[in-house]
Amino acid sequence: MSTNRQYELVYVLNPESTDEQVAELHTQIEQIVQRFNGTLDKTENWGRRKLAYEIGHHREGNYVVETITGSGELMKEIDRRLRVLDRVIRHLVVRVDEELRVAERTRDARKATQARRRTARGLPPEPQPGEGRGDNMDQDDDRGDRYDRGDRYDRGDKYEVQR
Amino acid sequence: MSEERGGRGRGGAKGKDADKNKGGDRPRGGFFRRRRVCKFCAEKIDYINYKDVRLLTPFLPERGKIQPRRISGTCALHQRKLQTAIKRARQLALIPYVTD
Repeated sequence: MSTNRQYELVYVLNPESTDEQVAELHTQIEQIVQRFNGTLDKTENWGRRKLAYEIGHHREGNYVVETITGSGELMKEIDRRLRVLDRVIRHLVVRVDEELRVAERTRDARKATQARRRTARGLPPEPQPGEGRGDNMDQDDDRGDRYDRGDRYDRGDKYEVQR
Repeated sequence: MSEERGGRGRGGAKGKDADKNKGGDRPRGGFFRRRRVCKFCAEKIDYINYKDVRLLTPFLPERGKIQPRRISGTCALHQRKLQTAIKRARQLALIPYVTD
């Protein structure tokens, strides 16, 4: 059984926390990851960002995104730690490896079909630059949303004229 | 009663009344909206990232509810993925649950 799974961890620190505190929490997480023989692949610091709604009287938060490869126990431990800390106002752990694999597979499948169709038409398998209908000119002729039409009514005798 | 829009009086009273309303509200002939294509299929977006707020906001009307498929034209597969992405983004306060 493979225990190496990829996770994404997003946590939101309260807006009063300093850069040192953010860095400190980051090293804490790094240590936990090392202890559980995982790897910290990527860290993204979004910095201060406005919250879409108030969380505990805060209107802003410091967002940090970490990509971690490791076991479920590792994430459980991190989750537990973050839950305890008051400075962390929100956090989320998402397992992403399977989703990304699915996305990759669909992309590959689409490329394969495209290549197959193109060779069947006697074209080189990859689209050439300058080919096609220009720069997607037809993509932005949207007329906007229609009003909400409610649920569909019973269309059983649609063509029967009622007067 | 005559001005009631079709489909509103759903549920219990679905007898004669519902039938009478039919046809009255809908403009007969003309004005058929071109079927929209799924945005994610058209733009070949395979992974709907919950952190990409700019991608998600077009599917949230002003109240902040998730726009139904029948309006946005999103295909079933992508609507499902969009739904989880929106719900995750909501947890992180990237997008609102409700706006009044």
